[in-house]
Order: sequence, then structure tokens, then C-alpha cells
Amino acid sequence: MKKSVHKNKIKLDRSDMIVRGFAYTFISIFSLLCVFPFILMISTSFSTEKLITKTGFALIPKGFTTFAYDILLKDPKQLVGAYVVTIAMTVAGTFLGLFIISMTGYALQRKDFPFRNQISFYIYFTTLFSGGLVPFYLLVTKYLGLKDNYLAVFLPLLMSPWLIILMKNFIKSIPFEITESGKIDGAGDITIFVKLILPMLKPALATIGLFIALGYWNEWYNSMLFLSPKVEYRPLQYQLYKIINYVNSLKNSVAGANVPVTSLPLETLKMATAVVATGPIILLYPFVQKYFIAGITVGAVKG
Amino acid sequence: MKKKKQESTELLIATHKELNFWQKVFKYRVLLLMCLPAMLFFLVFSYIPMPGVYIAFTDFNYAKGIFGSNFVGFDNFTFLFTSGKIAMLTRNSLLYNLAFILLGNTLQIFVAILLNEILGKRFKKITQTFMFLPYFISAVLVALLLYNLLNYDYGFVNSIIKMFNGNPIKVYSNKNVWPFIIVLVTLWQQTGYGSIIYFAAIMGIDTEMIEAAKVDGVNAFQKIRFIILPNLKPTIVILLLFAMGSIIKGNFGLFYNIIGSSNSALFPTTDIIETFVFRSMMNNFNFKQASAVGLYQSIFGFSLVMTCNWIVKKIDADYALF
Repeated sequence: MKKSVHKNKIKLDRSDMIVRGFAYTFISIFSLLCVFPFILMISTSFSTEKLITKTGFALIPKGFTTFAYDILLKDPKQLVGAYVVTIAMTVAGTFLGLFIISMTGYALQRKDFPFRNQISFYIYFTTLFSGGLVPFYLLVTKYLGLKDNYLAVFLPLLMSPWLIILMKNFIKSIPFEITESGKIDGAGDITIFVKLILPMLKPALATIGLFIALGYWNEWYNSMLFLSPKVEYRPLQYQLYKIINYVNSLKNSVAGANVPVTSLPLETLKMATAVVATGPIILLYPFVQKYFIAGITVGAVKG
Repeated sequence: MKKKKQESTELLIATHKELNFWQKVFKYRVLLLMCLPAMLFFLVFSYIPMPGVYIAFTDFNYAKGIFGSNFVGFDNFTFLFTSGKIAMLTRNSLLYNLAFILLGNTLQIFVAILLNEILGKRFKKITQTFMFLPYFISAVLVALLLYNLLNYDYGFVNSIIKMFNGNPIKVYSNKNVWPFIIVLVTLWQQTGYGSIIYFAAIMGIDTEMIEAAKVDGVNAFQKIRFIILPNLKPTIVILLLFAMGSIIKGNFGLFYNIIGSSNSALFPTTDIIETFVFRSMMNNFNFKQASAVGLYQSIFGFSLVMTCNWIVKKIDADYALF
């Protein structure tokens, strides 16, 4: 390894320098563009509303204040409720989803399992054809009776055909001998899966777990479909959605009445809510990054 | 080693032939049981709703239920087709996806090739983390971040324009700029994530091949043109074909959060099938119309995948989905 780096150094000609210089420049600029809106959001959340409405958003907080957060935390019941609902769903959904997905993935890649092709197709077919939104909506509200029930939000996010296929491909890379050796020792399928296969699936579990967790943490769609205002505690992102719409409609109604809205920290409050609602999932990422990149790479190979 | 493995697998499979269906079910009951939760899940949330497409052919009445409503044939479709609604929605969905796929993959490949040229591990890790960030946030937040940049009164772009004494621009009432903005937002959100697969494919190229080329005096541009790009071709083909299959499906969350459900001035250029179906159902309670458009989309999508797969099979059966 060291040797080849050394070799590269000798061979470094002008074209290498140009390409490398360009690579550093482009990647730097692009990655800064990726974080730029986040910095704008955080900076706004710490600005005073007056200066924002006067001169607009800026990258450095204008008149640093935590006023928006103070208001947000003054009556934290709704926010805490949203956090509890979201965390509970994310944790429960990720573990339950991972359990079902990995179990299914294991069974479906077992070469000796005679029904694996039929069941794989049964699952895969749902990506080819679907009844659409209307029958799904009617099923959940009218026939399952889950309107205003957290289950209507929780259940549909548990798994997807794509995640099962991803997991199946992962497990395929584990030699079949491991299952066989377990069989020879007289272990049952469940013991083999739990004791021998699961411990080898760490990168897969981290990758797919992150996908499921993201699905739950970022959930607002099913909430919008199935949770009416009667439900007091909404998942975080739906709560954010509601606050954004509330602020916008408030502004529109006040704008017509010619009343100054600067007394209310509307813009900064939106941003503070966004920061609070998004922070945890972003902080989680660096811990799983190592597995995540390796995970997507292996699982994406078609099989 | 490999031969032994093959033999034992064959032995395991050979025993199937002597068993009938129920004996197989009994013998593999544990594995079947392991699949059962997932099978139930798709039964309830995917298969049971399927007969519901019948709504598209009825004069649907919520109280009467799906099969209690009157059958009206193709009435629900006639209006959609004659009014040009379907044509507009299809055009928007197709053009957006085409732009996402072509520009998106080009940029992802570009970023992956450049990432490969970067030697500093720390630099690579940090920039990759930055590029991933947009992928991890909800559509609600994406729309909010965009609003911070573009809104008329105090958006970042307009505050810069005002600083130079220019006239602020009204982005949210100009339908012609939105296709560009939405494509840019998608590139912003997807590029970091999408480049991983291409980056991994580049890492998989034999380093000896590159070393040998260098000895032969190949420069950095030629290396990219004649070694890296040709090696990426299979990955590119597969990913493009996968994407083509869902070219009629749209990212509801993104469009709905950015455009909203009432800014109808922007609809001619920003309404896609998903947003139209949603509004028909939730705002106008027009279940039959929403259902007709939904069914049209499902059938269109299904035929697309089948056609794509058929073409791939002709070219190279290894790449086919099924």
C-alpha cells in the first residue's frame, strides 16, 4: 500500500495535479452547498425576529437570542408529547421491522427452501402493481378502523419489499456452510438464524435499521392521512408541518388586517422547531456511517 | 471446497423431489413461519387493497362502500382524458423523472470520480458526511429550507439582492422557474447518497490495471475516460433501468411540501400524478376521480417495467429483474 502511494508521487504529472486540484475544489464547494441551508436554519433560529423581518435571513445570527427556543420550551407539553410518540415509534418500529425483515431475508435465501421463489415473487410483485392511494386509504380508515390510531402510522412503515431484497442479498454473502454446520450439530432453523446468522449481520442491520429509523423519524405522510386534529400528540415532523402551515396562515390573515406581526417570533419559531425536530437523527448518523457505506455497497449488488 | 458445497446443496434439494406439497410445507414449517409476518403484512397492505381499483369504475359513495356503489364503466376516465388532465400530469411526471434520472446520475458519477481522486481520508469522510446530510431529512424540512432561501419578504436570495439594491424576485408566483428549482433541490438531496454506489464500483476496479496504465504514460484524464468510465458501464446500465421502471411515479412529499395544496398558479408546471390524486381525495373528496388516475398510473407503470425488463432480457439476460 505504502509502496504504491510512493509510486504515485513519482508519477504525478500535470494532468494529475489538475484533476486532483479540481476534485478538491469541486467537492469542497458542493459539500458546503449541502450544509449551507442547515446553517441558515440554525442561524435564523437564534436571531431576533425584528432583524430578520427587516433585513432577511443571514448566515450569522442577527442579534443573538434564544427567544424562539424559550417560547418553544415555555409550554413544552406538545413538543415533549411529539418526541415521546416519535421516539417510541422509531425504536419499536426499527427493532420489530429489523426482526421481521432479517427473518424473512434469511428464509428466502436458503437454497434448500422450496418455496423461496414463490414467496420472493409474492413480495416483489407489490412493487410492480399497487391498488393506489384510494383503496389503501379506505382500507385503513373504513375497513381496519384505524383512523386517529397511531397504528395507522406505525404499521405501514414497518417494512418494504426493497428492504427485504436488500437484506436477502446481504445474507446471501454469508457462506451456506454456516447453516449446514448448524444443521449437523442438530440446531433448528430458528437457533441457526439467531445464534449463527444474526451476529454476522451487523453492517446489514445497521444499514437497514437506519433506513427504517429514518422512515419513522421523518414520518409525516401517514400522519397527515390518518391523524385528525383530535389526536393531541403528533409525530415530530407532522408537528413541524402543522406549525409551518399555522404560521403561514396566521401571517396571511394578519397581513390583510394590516397589523404588524413582528411582535411574534414566527419565522424564528419555525426554525427552532425544525432544529429540535431534526437534530437527533442527524446526530445519530456519524455513529452508523462506517456500517452504512459498507452496507449500501454490498446490498446494492443485484441477486 | 466449492465442489463440496455444491454437492451438499444438491443433496438437500434432491430430497424435495420425493415430497408432495403438504410434506414440503410440514418439513419447512419453521422457514415458512419465519416468512409469515412479512407475507401477512403484504397481504393486508398491498394485496387486499388491489381489488379496490374497482372504485375507478363506480360512482363511489363512501357510505355505500366499494362494492355497494353504482357501476359506471369508464365515465371517470372520460373526463380526465378529454380535459387533458391526464396528459398534463403524465407529461410533468415523465419530464421531472427524466431530468432527475439523467442529471442525477451524471452528477453522482461525476462526484464519485472526483471523490476517488481525493487522497486525504479525513477530508473525504467529512465531505461525504456533509453531502449525506440532505438525504436524512424529511420532505417537510426540505421545503422549509427552500422557503428560507426563496421567500419574497426575507428569503436569503432576496436579502442578498436587496443588499445590492436590486428588485426582489417573487419566486412563489412564477410557475416557469419551478421545474429548475425542483430539479436542483432533488440533485441537492440525492447526489451524496447516490454517489456511494458509483464510488463503490470505482473502488472495485482492479488497481493493477490503473497502475499498469500509468506506467504506459496514461494521464489522469485518459484514466477517467478509458478505464474508470468503461468499468462503470454495467452499474450505470442497471441503475438507469431500475429508474426507468418507476419513471411515472413521483416523490409526493417533495412536491406537496414545496408547492402546497392551494398555490394553483404553479400547478401547470408542478402538478404530478401523486399530488393530483391526493388533492382529489383529501380536498375534494372525489374518490372516484383519484382512483381513476391512480389506476391509470399503476397500469402505465406496470407496462413500463415489463417493457424495460423485456428489452434488458434481449440485450443481456443477466441484468433482467425477472
